[in-house]
Amino acid sequence: MKTICLYFEIHQNIHLKRYRFFDIGTDHYYYDDYENERSIAETAEKSYIPSLKTLIAMAKENKGYFKCSLSLSGCSIELLEIYAPQVLELIQELVDTGCCEILAEPYSHGLASLGNEAAFRDEVKHLCDKVKNVFGQQPKIFRNSALIYTDEIGRIVHEMGFKGMLTEGAKQILGWKSPHYVYSCAQAPKLKLLLRDHGLSEDISYRFNDSNWSGYPLFADTYMDWIAQQPEEEQVYNLFMELCALGIFQPLSSNILDFMRALPQKAKERGITFSTCSEICSKFKAADTFSTPDPITWVGEESDISPWLGNDMQRDAFEKLYKIADRVLILPDKRIKQDWDYLQATNNFRFMSTKDASSGVYRGIYDSPYDAFTNYMNIISDFITRVNSYYPETDNEELSALLTTIRNQEDELELKNREIEKLRKTIHLLNKGNAATTKAKSAKNVEPKAAKAEKEVAEPEAKATTTKAKATTAKKKTATKAKKAE
Amino acid sequence: MFGWEFPPHILGGLGTASYGLTKGLAAQGDMDITFCLPAPWGDEDKSFLNIIPMNHVPVVYREPDSNWLRERLGQQMDTQLYYDLRSNIYADFSYIGVNDIGAIEFSGRYPDNLHEEINNYSIVAGVIARQQQYDIIHAHDWLTYPAGIHAKQVSGKPLVIHVHATDFDRSRGQVNPTVYSIEKDGMDHADCIMCVSELTRQTVINQYHQDPNKCFAMHNAVYPLSDHVQQIVKERKPFREKKEKVVTFLGRITMQKGPEYFVEAAKMVIDRTRNIRFCMAGSGDMMADMIELAAHRGISDRIHFPGFMKGDAVFETFRDSDVYVMPSVSEPFGISPLEAMQSGVPSVISKQSGCGEILDKCIKTDYWDIEAMADAIHALCTNEAYHDYIEREGRNEVDQITWEKVGLRIRSHYNRLLGL
Repeated sequence: MKTICLYFEIHQNIHLKRYRFFDIGTDHYYYDDYENERSIAETAEKSYIPSLKTLIAMAKENKGYFKCSLSLSGCSIELLEIYAPQVLELIQELVDTGCCEILAEPYSHGLASLGNEAAFRDEVKHLCDKVKNVFGQQPKIFRNSALIYTDEIGRIVHEMGFKGMLTEGAKQILGWKSPHYVYSCAQAPKLKLLLRDHGLSEDISYRFNDSNWSGYPLFADTYMDWIAQQPEEEQVYNLFMELCALGIFQPLSSNILDFMRALPQKAKERGITFSTCSEICSKFKAADTFSTPDPITWVGEESDISPWLGNDMQRDAFEKLYKIADRVLILPDKRIKQDWDYLQATNNFRFMSTKDASSGVYRGIYDSPYDAFTNYMNIISDFITRVNSYYPETDNEELSALLTTIRNQEDELELKNREIEKLRKTIHLLNKGNAATTKAKSAKNVEPKAAKAEKEVAEPEAKATTTKAKATTAKKKTATKAKKAE
Repeated sequence: MFGWEFPPHILGGLGTASYGLTKGLAAQGDMDITFCLPAPWGDEDKSFLNIIPMNHVPVVYREPDSNWLRERLGQQMDTQLYYDLRSNIYADFSYIGVNDIGAIEFSGRYPDNLHEEINNYSIVAGVIARQQQYDIIHAHDWLTYPAGIHAKQVSGKPLVIHVHATDFDRSRGQVNPTVYSIEKDGMDHADCIMCVSELTRQTVINQYHQDPNKCFAMHNAVYPLSDHVQQIVKERKPFREKKEKVVTFLGRITMQKGPEYFVEAAKMVIDRTRNIRFCMAGSGDMMADMIELAAHRGISDRIHFPGFMKGDAVFETFRDSDVYVMPSVSEPFGISPLEAMQSGVPSVISKQSGCGEILDKCIKTDYWDIEAMADAIHALCTNEAYHDYIEREGRNEVDQITWEKVGLRIRSHYNRLLGL
């Protein structure tokens, strides 16, 4: 039986303000609050609110039949929290219907997966925590910013404990193969890959309202016929798009929402079901491995990373940014970490693109790619100075060696913490057992035992803190050494 | 064609443009071009066109000795042409001071009695217009518009006028009424107006009240650098090896070119950096003011005024520069950024410059936005990857802009006028 996996992405970047080079060192606030408020309010009003309402209605009308998936970047959650909380409430309502799965993605919607593995892991975890906090769901499936994927990223994602990952059904990789199957990652065969159907997705997100398109006007009946006419053994249809495709790319006046709303009924008539991403990962077996050493994305005919890292300016900005990643990660300053999240957003790189795009390029406040680059580099320069004021820039091998040690020790601590957790559980069980067998005995006798056990547990914890303290002193020492060397 | 300047003896961009344009047209093969020049020097490149020296055209009947005449005309003009022109004298101009061969003397420059010279030019043009065979009249800039009108009235052939600049650009809006009337008269009589940019076209439509249907933007182009100049440019030091970066302004230091914005932007950059110098090459009526302004801002030690440059010195300056800035308040076209980009110097130009319409790989700011200008200069001087990218892409872009392509576009307008 054929099934559709409908997935929407919500991302709005935090707009940077006009920042001149003479602001470097004096002004550490980089954002254009007015533009942020304006753009998120506009997007919410024109797109998010009406489309989420439609999705909720669809879920209620087709209870248990209609399903979809959704993901939000950390930045957009923050923006929505401040400027459009009603959108979050609608998402919560949609999640509560039980038909909607929330996926994980990098917090910043950035390119860390290509720049720095530790930073990447850090921000994915950050987002999962945020989603858990806000919506009470633990994401099991991962989607990278702009669906960037390489085998290496697949491996990391698998190591982080995700069951599946979304990416583009890039023609240059698939060749004659069809995206309508589940694939597995070449470096981590257990990780399932869902490949976007480029054509069917963009029929909705880009072409729906294009009167020059041969499929115009598109009706839900026709659309479902297209899927129904596919060979019977091709079962998975991944339709991935940005949520603002409904309402912004395709204006509400094009009746895109009525089209969406008719989909479940028309699918049902043809025996096509809907599934969330995790359902597909657990239901279907991988048909083949999918392997690409070079990054693929869901943008453009080439589906490569050229819109973000296509020219020298973009690559330079990218290198400068991720060169400081290691130091930012160990910084105690919350504001720097927040800036780090906002500065990484892919949009900042997209503004610098010199690639001719068939659809008009949105440049935000910038006149040209050069303008975008200059502004971004000014901000990065200030940001780097701030990071340097904590940990100066050194090519000290000793320092990087120590950083690795610290990281390893952190892993070790993690392991130990888990062990402690396990032990605690066992003690708890033991205690329960004891309590059961010595029912006759008074509770007084049990208490000291439990206390003793807790003491045992506390001991390794104390040890752990000392090792951590050692690590920090080592860090400080090298920092002073480096200063002396200067 | 009526023109005022032709290389190698040029005073501004007009001569360069006249040369490129005629050469681009001549490349089509089936085009015979006669170029009327007030006072050629004799060393002009005549391989692809005929040059008629206006200062040898008789307007008063004289009978000089033929041997002496041959010597007198030298390489400039054929004696037969002299006799042919002489038989087309249409009125008595002996009240104008003429020389021994019955011709009017021209300075070929921009003298104080410019209006008199323009008038004389038109008188001579009448003789030429009666003698020559041609299909199109093409007049470059307002100095030659009266000549163009005269030729049109004599022959009835279509008149094309080429607007390289208008008085609105030169004066920031305070137009000289005499010049304006000559310009307007030329445009009113023209069958087709070619403007060097869309910006100029809009001025022509709005300030001179011309029919938009006969105005066309015809952007200039550049010729590839000669081998000799390439040798000069090749000596450029790589960006990273230069400890001090040089930012250059090159052009007349006049109101039109916005020199004060350059000085103010320089001040902003110098306040924040240690290794950037500024160079303001050229001369003009605002030069003294600019030196004073620089001193007033306290940046005289980092901004230099080497004076007027020409020939190789221009490209030597480009070779030693890292950024070229053209903050023109109103620039009909502005060919120098193209030359800078050819020489591998990234350019920052004002949005009010016509050349910006055909350039993408350069930085454009508003002329008054000194903050943006300073920011762009700073970024180009401090970021190597960015500088190299703009340098490379800019050169590639300019290499695609050729006079041959412009020639083809002009030709299509000619054909339309002739009903071909």
